[in-house]
Amino acid sequence: MRYWALICALLVLVLFAGCGKKSDVVLIGEYGPFQGQIADYGTSVHSGIMLAIEEINARGGLLGKKVELESEDDRGEASEARTAVEKLITRDGVVAVIGEVASTNTMTAAPVAQTNKVPMITPASTNPKVTDIGDYIFRICFTDDFQGAACAAFAADNLKVKRAAIFRDVGSDYSKGFAAAFKKVFTKKGGVIVAESTYTASDSDFKSQLTTIRSKQPDIIFIPGYYEQVSQIAVQARQLGIKVPLIGGDGWDAPSLLTTAGGALEGCYFSNHFTPLDKSTTVSNFVKSYRAKYKKDPNALAALGYDAAWILAEAIKRAGSTNGDAIRRELSNIKDYPGVTGKITIDSHRNASKPAVILQIKGKNFVPVATITPNQIK
Amino acid sequence: MRLRAGSAVRLVVWTAVLAAAAMAAGALIKGPLGGYYFRLLILSGIAVVAAVSLNIINGFSGQFSLGHAGFMLVGAYASAGITLFAHHSINRAFDAVGLPAGARTPVEFAIAMIAAAAAAGAVGLVVGLPSLRLRGDYLAIATLGFGEGIRSIFVTVDALGGASGLHDIPEYTTLTWVVLAAIGVVMMSRNLALSTHGRALFAIREDETAAQAVGINTFKYKVLAFVIAAAWAGIAGALLAHSDKNIDPRSYSFMKSIEIVVMVVLGGMGSVTGAVIAAIGLTWLPELLRAAAVYRMVFYSALLIVMMIVRRQGLFGRAELSIRWMAETLRRMTSRALGERR
Amino acid sequence: MVYGVLRLINFAHGDVYMVGAFIGFYSSRWLRLTYTNGQVNEITPAGMLLIIAIAMLGAALLGVLIERIAYRPLRRAPRLAALITAIGVSMLLEYGGQIVFGTTKKDYPWLAGTAQLTGTVQSFGGISIDKVDVMILIVAAVLVTALHLFVQHTKPGRAMRAVSFDMETASLMGINPDSIISLTFIIGSAFAGAAGVLEGMRNHYVEPLMGLTAGIKAFVAAVVGGIGSIPGAALGGMAIGLCEEAVRAFYPQITDAMVFGLLILILLVKPTGILGGGTVEKV
Repeated sequence: MRYWALICALLVLVLFAGCGKKSDVVLIGEYGPFQGQIADYGTSVHSGIMLAIEEINARGGLLGKKVELESEDDRGEASEARTAVEKLITRDGVVAVIGEVASTNTMTAAPVAQTNKVPMITPASTNPKVTDIGDYIFRICFTDDFQGAACAAFAADNLKVKRAAIFRDVGSDYSKGFAAAFKKVFTKKGGVIVAESTYTASDSDFKSQLTTIRSKQPDIIFIPGYYEQVSQIAVQARQLGIKVPLIGGDGWDAPSLLTTAGGALEGCYFSNHFTPLDKSTTVSNFVKSYRAKYKKDPNALAALGYDAAWILAEAIKRAGSTNGDAIRRELSNIKDYPGVTGKITIDSHRNASKPAVILQIKGKNFVPVATITPNQIK
Repeated sequence: MRLRAGSAVRLVVWTAVLAAAAMAAGALIKGPLGGYYFRLLILSGIAVVAAVSLNIINGFSGQFSLGHAGFMLVGAYASAGITLFAHHSINRAFDAVGLPAGARTPVEFAIAMIAAAAAAGAVGLVVGLPSLRLRGDYLAIATLGFGEGIRSIFVTVDALGGASGLHDIPEYTTLTWVVLAAIGVVMMSRNLALSTHGRALFAIREDETAAQAVGINTFKYKVLAFVIAAAWAGIAGALLAHSDKNIDPRSYSFMKSIEIVVMVVLGGMGSVTGAVIAAIGLTWLPELLRAAAVYRMVFYSALLIVMMIVRRQGLFGRAELSIRWMAETLRRMTSRALGERR
Repeated sequence: MVYGVLRLINFAHGDVYMVGAFIGFYSSRWLRLTYTNGQVNEITPAGMLLIIAIAMLGAALLGVLIERIAYRPLRRAPRLAALITAIGVSMLLEYGGQIVFGTTKKDYPWLAGTAQLTGTVQSFGGISIDKVDVMILIVAAVLVTALHLFVQHTKPGRAMRAVSFDMETASLMGINPDSIISLTFIIGSAFAGAAGVLEGMRNHYVEPLMGLTAGIKAFVAAVVGGIGSIPGAALGGMAIGLCEEAVRAFYPQITDAMVFGLLILILLVKPTGILGGGTVEKV
């Protein structure tokens, strides 16, 4: 029984160890899902952030000091996200926080940053309500509202289709908002939503709903969901004889999208933040460095993490200090920042005004076929 | 339960003293302690309410419930319904009564928690009904089904918020409320255990058929256990929702129910003290293990396995911490120390 | 099977299924059983059967290991203690799997000839079935029938039934419960591994958390069909599957809730499951 007390004491020591803030480094906090259901997204973002931090330190760090990243896992749970951010801010004393991916988790954790006046940048949460939380909360990806509008604009203006069906993930906040935005803009441009159906992420069989959709004869099916289900939906749709193109969003972006879909997604489209096939120097340099470090191509989440870290660094440099308010002000003034995910301007609502790229699946590649800028949506 | 006048007064006095202490502690320690540890204290308290309430079903009545998170979810939504949507009506009622501004938030939150307990208790009644025909593992799976069913209703029905859940819930949870709730559930458990109703539950746990033979209405008591436990779980859910400011229905899953079951079993099924200590311990443990980075959850699960193998009856088994036991142990320790000097 | 013998809800079963799927994945790679055809990796039916066999072996081994290390010490313990251990094992496999296998989904090979989407589907009057599904049905039928015959007509099978009926009396009759329990775990885990590979072949991907819902649904199916009855478990599985699809066609949002609703309904009407035998309760 004595040993239990000793073990407890040791564990408690561990807990309190590292209390207090380090002053010889610039400490940046990151929280995200590194284990659990959405761990894939968290590890992707993390890889981009790590690469950025390495580059920043290689160029001399920030404010004359090295930059250090303190990462905390939240297992993809909203409650844990909040606890993780509390730890990062109040115990570790980070100067800013990057995270999270899932909007619900970001929205649960953001109030902590806002109350403590520590800037938080989400690299990938697309729910519009995230930045409503306060003036310390920033977003460097586009919102679901914009993405939905971009897809609708592409379908209506570029593909010139009039009849669309929506097949969304009922258990996903992201899918819900994305679909709503698409519907709004598509109908405004004169299109008709002929069918709207739902699935859950744990499903593996979609034939029942697809048969219903097939009967309404849409010209295109909008699937604002995640790649795991999208690839299977595509396979089953083709098996049912549905030949029309499918269109979706950044949830499709994954290397295994095609290997699990076979040829079912050939010619289909999806909007995304980033394409490694972009020929510009910014992107190709990033892709090269990423490949060198991780031996694989970066996906959109890694690119967004990279941009988030670099934009934060830029803001800290311009602010000339680690003061939360100063950093916040510089972040709000970011204009035309040349990110790997596009030219980023932070608008008055602390969201990123930037283009979406529409990719088409051709063979093994995601080929960029259009870029929809915010102006085109108006 | 009949309370004599004297003990009722003692009850009120003790509660007031502890509440005042909690309030003072909350105000004093929040600053120097920092948001992180404060948050952990609040989470520990909520876990205590959840675990001790589950102990009534699993520990006292010996039934096997795997859907406790569902009750918490119902309570969370019910309370958020009050504080988000009924806020204005309540304030107008306050105006009519002339309630001072300082008392409004606590009273509103109290109303919200009563709503949470009532809603969750009602659901507990429904979930407990199958216990008439189901026993053991079959009942467990049925409760699991109810828990998942409740969760999927909240996730898919858009009118209740759908997959986005509810946001911008006012942060009414304070350390005081959490401590009060924890004390409340522990005291209620204790009183239940010492009463005839409690004895009936223990009888059902030991041998249900014999209990029936002795004339105990086993169905009534089994359902009672569910209702009481669910009501308190609803309060835990309300506290959590008003601390997170969010309800994400997807996180109140079977896994969360399992986490609470683990607290009860690890503490010792039937032991209120065990549930309290295990709840606090298992809230802090994953945080303590953060130093292990990516291996955190692996260590946690390994620890679970080891702890069950090493001490299968849980930390406390069926025993409870009592003043008498503490006094005895103290006397034994001091007499041993004195004895050595002779 | 495991529940019938041990009265333990083996939470780790879904994760043994996951490990089996991964064993199938890695063996298809390392034994060079897959070849690239256009955009996808394919595998022949013979290759598929081979990786199923290897996965069954690996899963069986894992099952025995789990039983020896985690469950045997708690054989006489209260049921909930063993349950918590099972949960611990399940979490260990899941989180450990995410570390060892990585968090990304791994793509499973396609059954040869199914990647071209037209022409792989046989239609019988409006009902379409995929070649892979036919393979799955055949493998499942063969395995379940073999198991049923084994349990009904062989000596070890009879011993398993005896132990599931009354472990103490069975041991008095000269049956070694330890070896029977190990045998149960070997067979049960092997089947889980096979199921994992079949699921991988069907969905074309595997990932460390795929066992979560599968494990629960497997137990629900077993309970619905009646504990202690293998045909019952198969029937329960079919019932759950059919119910799911029926609901999904009309009200996809409440599929999960309806499945559990069905479970509760069946349990209320027939508490021991569809084919479950009545248990005598001694006073």
